[in-house]
Amino acid sequence: MDEKNEIKIISLADFFPAVLAMKDKGWRLAQICAVSVEQGYELSYSFCEDSSYRMVTLRLEIDENQEVASITHIYPCAFIQENEAAELFGVNISHIKPDYHGTLYRIDKSAPFKKKE
Amino acid sequence: MAKRSIIPFGPQHPVLPEPVHLDLILEDETVVEAVPSIGFVHRGLETLVKKRDYKQYVYIAERVCGICSCGHGLGYCQAVEEVMGIEIPDRAKYLRTIWMEMSRIHSHLLWLGLLADAMGFESLFMESWRMREKILDLFDKTTGGRIIHSINQIGGVQKDMTTPMLLDILHVIEDLTAELKPIVETFLHDYTVQSRLKDVGILSREDAVTMGAVGPMLRASGEPYDARLLGYAAYKDLSMEPIISTGCDSYARCEVRLKELFQSFELIREAIGKIPNGPVNVPVKGNPSGEYFLRIEQPRGEAIYYVKGNGTKFLDRFRLRTPTTSNIPPMAEMLKGCQLADVPLLILTIDPCISCTER
Repeated sequence: MDEKNEIKIISLADFFPAVLAMKDKGWRLAQICAVSVEQGYELSYSFCEDSSYRMVTLRLEIDENQEVASITHIYPCAFIQENEAAELFGVNISHIKPDYHGTLYRIDKSAPFKKKE
Repeated sequence: MAKRSIIPFGPQHPVLPEPVHLDLILEDETVVEAVPSIGFVHRGLETLVKKRDYKQYVYIAERVCGICSCGHGLGYCQAVEEVMGIEIPDRAKYLRTIWMEMSRIHSHLLWLGLLADAMGFESLFMESWRMREKILDLFDKTTGGRIIHSINQIGGVQKDMTTPMLLDILHVIEDLTAELKPIVETFLHDYTVQSRLKDVGILSREDAVTMGAVGPMLRASGEPYDARLLGYAAYKDLSMEPIISTGCDSYARCEVRLKELFQSFELIREAIGKIPNGPVNVPVKGNPSGEYFLRIEQPRGEAIYYVKGNGTKFLDRFRLRTPTTSNIPPMAEMLKGCQLADVPLLILTIDPCISCTER
């Protein structure tokens, strides 16, 4: 397949300007993926430009308890995947709109995919 | 002054074959907000990737869902192949394409049957599912399984199709093309169907894009995005244009899926006409190291597969962003302003697959 997989690692400080730039360029949010790693989490935000069929992923590497602000005020559709990352992986995402506070997934265990101690 | 109330919808409901819950906030009988919740049957299949080696995991990936089974197997295998730099034989690419389009046909026919049933159109439901059976029989004949096919593997496909099998597919496609025409006529021109679907559940093109809609739901709002145009499998060799409608309503979503059935027939015909001879898989050595995000067009829309390998036989992460996950936010948006009586049908028009979402 010819699709180029671009993954850009960015700092938390550069994250919002980068997401805003994507929005300004008209790219859509395709997915948000959380991965539990040794030191905390890798968060991948993939954006697509549909006329040229390009996909770019912005990668954030954060500590376990580090807070990441929600991007729902830029991409409203992010709420479902941000709530998912918060509930299943325990990622500390603030100001999700709407924030389900653990009730999107009707599961008994809190953050079942969080890295075990 | 309008009376405000909250009605719980689901998780069990006659139009929902699978459990999903919505809190419908109403003013009189008009929905002002819909708050979805899921997770009633969450299985945690993504995490099993750490306990099954990457070749075994194909069988788990395709069990994420019974309708999109073929696509999940393909998406996972292709993502791993990208990480490992494996080029599969051309014949395998064509076979994957044929099975994917058969999968799209049976998924859309299943949806049409469910839609007819939800409208109380029993004979239309029966006809749609009768036609779907023919595709399931073809799957049985060519892969050995009606629902779970176990046909994709890292490096290609497990089985080849013989020439009689390919001819058999062409015959069935020809029969279905003729049999589908009166069904299409009913779905698109029947008064009752039109009165239930037209101008109901409007999702503008702008809202569809902003809220992340994918698949027929996006294309029915006039956005011509179809991940098959990325050219994976054999799609780069086949001629296709995304099918769109500018109606932006439930009727448009039905129309797009109906037209996509004929598009799939054409793609299968073209693929069978062009399929090259040769092997159907290549040997795979070593373990995946690296990561890849891959998109394919499932029957319900774009699905994204992420794999991350660490050089061992166990992957660090597998992530599947299903089409339904992406279509839930636009569905919640679409429900705003609709009447309570239309909610079941509107939910159905996104073709929700909770099994995929509860991977």
